[in-house]
Amino acid sequence: MGGASETRTTTRDRSSAVGESRRQLTRDALAITAYALPVGLVFGLAALQAHYSLLDVLANSTIALAGGAQFAAAGLVKDGASWLAIAGVVGLINARHLLYSAAMAPYTATRSRRERAVMAHFLTDETFALALAHFRRIGGFERRGYWIAAMAIFVPWTIGSCIGYVVAGAVDTNRLGLDIAFPAAMAGLSLGMVSGRRDVAAALGAAAIAVPVGLAAGASIGLVAGASIGPCFGLSVPASPNDESSTPDIPEPSSEGGLP
Amino acid sequence: MSVALVPLAFLMWAVTYPSRALPMLAPGIERLPAWAVSYLRLAGPAALAALAAVNCLLTTDKPPHVLVGVEPVAVGICVLVVTRTHLLLPGVTAAVVVVAAARALGVAA
Repeated sequence: MGGASETRTTTRDRSSAVGESRRQLTRDALAITAYALPVGLVFGLAALQAHYSLLDVLANSTIALAGGAQFAAAGLVKDGASWLAIAGVVGLINARHLLYSAAMAPYTATRSRRERAVMAHFLTDETFALALAHFRRIGGFERRGYWIAAMAIFVPWTIGSCIGYVVAGAVDTNRLGLDIAFPAAMAGLSLGMVSGRRDVAAALGAAAIAVPVGLAAGASIGLVAGASIGPCFGLSVPASPNDESSTPDIPEPSSEGGLP
Repeated sequence: MSVALVPLAFLMWAVTYPSRALPMLAPGIERLPAWAVSYLRLAGPAALAALAAVNCLLTTDKPPHVLVGVEPVAVGICVLVVTRTHLLLPGVTAAVVVVAAARALGVAA
């Protein structure tokens, strides 16, 4: 009897802890949603300038679901880059997800392969940041928590992209200065990813390579060169305490000002 | 309505999904050397910085030329605002306002 009572108490404690953590998760998710919608609007605008159709925008945001890389792809499409170059840049930008997935693996190991395969599609920066924090608080996996985290970015990002595209299509984007939104967003997003000396060196090195190579060989080649060589500049300087790249075993992405 | 770029979305998915799925589906694959993990971490800011530099400093004609005008200044203002506020939207809004004002006043094309 005592054992059964203890079990009930433990179950109640666990249930209470999960509920409290889920409330925290929901509050954090709302903050993510609040910025994902306007950033999605900016992507819609960038996509319009790259001559996407609304279906193209919708497909990008739901199938690729790769915020920063979606911006990059839109810029490359606008510059007339080959799809191979676009795939290379997108793959490079999103390679960091390997680290997120690895960090999630211990929590998802008990789930079916099919469920893990579906969950992986939604494993963006924000989903990872929200879900991992939730799992750590409760000491294990919780399906509803994962999907709250995933939908907090997927839904507003997709809706924002489409609204941005439609609204921007109804106005003279050049006269209103909206054509600057894309490079400005890229610069701002890059800043959001910079947290230490190595990040700064990588970003500055990438820009320093991209511009002259772009002048000599075309903008898209400059971009690929900058994106692939830039990290070497970062690796060549000593890490500072703020450098995430100095602690490779513990991926802790910031969800602040980021993208899917 | 054109669907010309829908296959590109699938291509983007094809190069993104393995990074998201492989370590969860095939544990052990994530055991990369430390330098490779660091390189992957640095690739994000590097790619976006390269993109920003190319788009605000080079013209879109072929061959491209260095862009002189209000646009690089506006991007710089965006960077300053984002640095201060840690929010993207106010920075982008400031850049758009600067460019729109300059064009309305006839000081930028």
